[in-house]
Amino acid sequence: MEIPYTVDERPDTGVYNAKLGVWLFLASEVMLFGGLFSAYVFLRLGAPVGAFHEWGQELNVPLATLNTMILISSSMTMVMSWVSLKMNDFKKYKLYMALTLICALCFLVIKYLEYSAKIDHHIYPSTNTFYAIYFTLTGLHGLHIIGGMIVLFYLWGPGSKMWNSKPEQFTNRIEIVGLYWHFVDLVWIFLFPILYLL
Amino acid sequence: MSSGHDADIQNHIKIYMMVFASLAVLTIVTVAASYLELSSGEAIFLALVIASVKGSLVACFFMHLISEKAFITWVLMLTAVFFFILMFVPLAAYIDQAKIG
Repeated sequence: MEIPYTVDERPDTGVYNAKLGVWLFLASEVMLFGGLFSAYVFLRLGAPVGAFHEWGQELNVPLATLNTMILISSSMTMVMSWVSLKMNDFKKYKLYMALTLICALCFLVIKYLEYSAKIDHHIYPSTNTFYAIYFTLTGLHGLHIIGGMIVLFYLWGPGSKMWNSKPEQFTNRIEIVGLYWHFVDLVWIFLFPILYLL
Repeated sequence: MSSGHDADIQNHIKIYMMVFASLAVLTIVTVAASYLELSSGEAIFLALVIASVKGSLVACFFMHLISEKAFITWVLMLTAVFFFILMFVPLAAYIDQAKIG
C-alpha cells in the first residue's frame, strides 16, 4: 500500500504529512525546553542578587562563542544540502551533509572539553542552582545534537539510496530533518547568552 | 530544469548566505555587548533582543517560515502563546510569596 501525501500536499493542511508531523513535534520540543527555560527564570529570581552572573564567570565564553559559530555553520551546510538536492546535485548533497556532521562532531568535542574542565575544577550540577540548570539545559541540548547526528548519518549513508528510487520524497526527508536541525541551532542561540553572557 | 527555477534557487542561496553572515555578526555583537557597562536589566534586555533577532532569522529563512502555509503558522502561534504563559509561571510563585509575606 502506498503511503499518502509523502510528496503531494494534503488539501486540508496545505503541506505533506511528514512536514506537519515534524512541526508538531517541534511544537512539543518548544514546550520541553520552555519548561526548563521557565525553571531557569525561577532559579535565577530565587538566587541572591547577582549570584547567577557570578557563578557563570567560570564558564569559557570564547569556546562557547566558537561553538555558536560552528552550529550556525552547520545550519548553513544543512540548508545547502537540501538546496543541492533541489538542483539535482547528489554529490554536493553528500558533501554538505558530511560537513554538517563534521560541524556537529566539533560541537560535541568542544562541549566535552568544557564539561571536562568543569569536572576538573570540581564543578558539578550539585555545586549550585546555576550549574544544576546549566548541565540540565546543555546536556539535553547535547542529547538533541547526538540524536540529530544519528539521523543525519543515516540520511548521508544507507538512507541516501532512496534518492535513486524516490528523489522527491528523499528531498522532503532532508527538508524536515533540516527543520529539526535548525531548531536545535535556534535553542542554542538562546542558551548561549542566558548561560554564558548574563 | 528550467533556467527560471535555477535563478530562483540561486536567489535563495544568496539569501541563505546573507542570513549566515548576519548570524555570525550578531553573535560577535552579543559577545561584545556583554562587555559593556550595563545594568543587569539592560544587559538581559539587549541579549534577549539580539537572540530573538537571530532566532527569527533562523526560523524565517532557514526553516522557511516566511513562506510557510497558514496552518503551520497557526500551530506555531498557539505554541508561542503557551510558551509565554510558561515563562510567566515563575512570577506566580512571587505573587504567592507576597501574599504570605
